[in-house]
Amino acid sequence: MADAFLKIRNLKKYFGSNKVLDGVDLDVARGSVTTIIGKSGIGKSVLLKCIADLLAPDCGLIELEGQAIARSRLGNSGGQGVSFSYMFQNNALFDSLTTAENVALPLVEDSGLKRVEIQQRVAAMLQQLELDASAQRYPGELSGGMKKRVALARALITQPQVVLFDEPTTGLDPERKFSVFEMIADYRARFGFTALLVSHDIPEVFEISDHVAWLDAGKIRFWGSPAALQVEAEPMLAGFLSKADYGRKNKLPDEE
Amino acid sequence: MIRTLGKTALSVVSELGEFSIFMLAALSGFCVQRHRIAKLVLAIHEIGVRCLPIVLTVGLFTGLVMGLQLYYTLVKFGAESALGTAVALSLIRELGPVLTALMIVGQAGSALASELGIQRNDEQIDALCTMGIDPVGYLVGPRILAALLCFPILTALFDLIGIFGGYLTGSVLLNVDSGVYWYRVFESVSWADVSGGFVKSLFFGLLTVSVCGYRGFNTHRKASFPGVRGVSESATRAVVWSSVGVLACDYLITSFLL
Repeated sequence: MADAFLKIRNLKKYFGSNKVLDGVDLDVARGSVTTIIGKSGIGKSVLLKCIADLLAPDCGLIELEGQAIARSRLGNSGGQGVSFSYMFQNNALFDSLTTAENVALPLVEDSGLKRVEIQQRVAAMLQQLELDASAQRYPGELSGGMKKRVALARALITQPQVVLFDEPTTGLDPERKFSVFEMIADYRARFGFTALLVSHDIPEVFEISDHVAWLDAGKIRFWGSPAALQVEAEPMLAGFLSKADYGRKNKLPDEE
Repeated sequence: MIRTLGKTALSVVSELGEFSIFMLAALSGFCVQRHRIAKLVLAIHEIGVRCLPIVLTVGLFTGLVMGLQLYYTLVKFGAESALGTAVALSLIRELGPVLTALMIVGQAGSALASELGIQRNDEQIDALCTMGIDPVGYLVGPRILAALLCFPILTALFDLIGIFGGYLTGSVLLNVDSGVYWYRVFESVSWADVSGGFVKSLFFGLLTVSVCGYRGFNTHRKASFPGVRGVSESATRAVVWSSVGVLACDYLITSFLL
C-alpha cells in the first residue's frame, strides 16, 4: 500500500533468544479497521505495545503519515500523546477514580485545557457513549460492558488518530462481544479514528474489519480483506482458521 | 568464587544506579506535573495524617517503657534524677527517628509498594504512559516529597509524646520529682541533638519511600512470581529493604554526627 497511514517496516523485538517479532511489515490505511490475528503468545500484543511505545523494538521503523514516530519524551515507557490511544485488554481503569475522572485523566494531566473545557468535553463524550448516568460511579460499580465503554471513552477523549485495541472482548459473553465490536465500528464511523485491533474472536471480528493481518513466526504472513481469507492457499493459515472455526465452509459476513 | 563475587558486586552497583535514577526521575518528574499542590496534599494525607495515630501510640509506649527501664537502672547508681536526660536524649537522637521511620514503612511504605504492584499488574501504569503521563513523577514523586515533609514532623511528635511517656512512668508512677524531670529534659537537649534527629528523619523519608516506590513500580521485573504473589513479594521486600536501610543509614549518619 503506497499511501499507508501507519507504516511498519522490519520491526523486530526479541526477548533473549525468543524472536517474538522477526521483521514485521504492516500497512494500515487511514480510517480503516485492521485486525491482527494469530495464535496465543505469538506476539500480537507485543506488536501493539511496540507501536504504542510501551516496549522498545530492537529494530525497525514505525511511521505515521510518513513521519517516523519519535521515541517518546518519557523514554522507554513513554506515551504518544494524541497520536495514539490504547485500549487495554482488562481496561486498566483507575479504581479510585470515578468514571468521569477516569475519562478526564489524560486531559487533566496532559492537555493544558481549562477545567471548564475539560468538563464539557468529558460530559459530551460520556453522553455519546451513553455513560452520563454513571459519571460519578467507580469502576467497581460498573458492568463489564460499561467498563469497556469507559475505557473506550478514555481512549477517545484526546481525539487520537489511531486507537490500538488489545483483545477488547476478553472475558465477555457472545452478546457483549458483539456489542463491543458494534461499538468500535459505530464510534470509528463517528470519530473517524484508525483502528488496529488484536482479537481471537474469529469470525465475529471480521464483521467490522477492513483488513486482516495474520501474524505467525514473528512475521505478517497474510494481509488482506476478510473476503481474501476465503481464497488464501497458505495451508498453515487455513489450519489456523479451521481451528478457529472459520474454514472455507463458513460464509463471510459480506457474502451473506 | 571470584566470578560470583564479581557478578554480585556488579548487580548491586547496577541496582543502586537504577534506584538512584528512579529516585531522581520521581522528584524531577513531579516538578513538571500539573496540579502539584493537590497531589502533594493527597500524599501528605496518606503518609502524614494516616500514620499519625500509630506513630503517637508507639511513641507513647516507647516513652513509658523507657521511663520504666531507665528508672530501675539509674536508681541502682542513685542517679534517678537523670531520667529526663536519658529519656529525652535516647528518643531525640536515636529511637525517635528510627522507630518513626519503621512505623511509617510498616503502614504507608507497604501500602505504596502493594498499590504500585497492583497498578503494574493491572496495566494502569502502562495506561498512564499511553496517555503521555510520566508514571514515576505522577505516582511516586508526590509521595517522596510528602515523606520529606512528614517524616521530621512525625519524628518530632514521636519525641514529644515519648518524653511525656517517660514523665508518666518516671514522675507519676515512680515518684521522680516532676520539676527535676522536666528541668533535666530542657537542660540536656541541645539544638544539635534536635537537628541531628531531623537530618536522620529526612534521609529515612527519602530512602524508605523511594525503596517502597521502586519495588512496587518494578514488580513486573523484580518479583520472582507473577500476579498476586509478585505483589506480596514486592511489598514484603520493600518493607525489609527499607527497614534494613533505615538501620544502616542510622549508623552511618550517627557516625558522621558524633
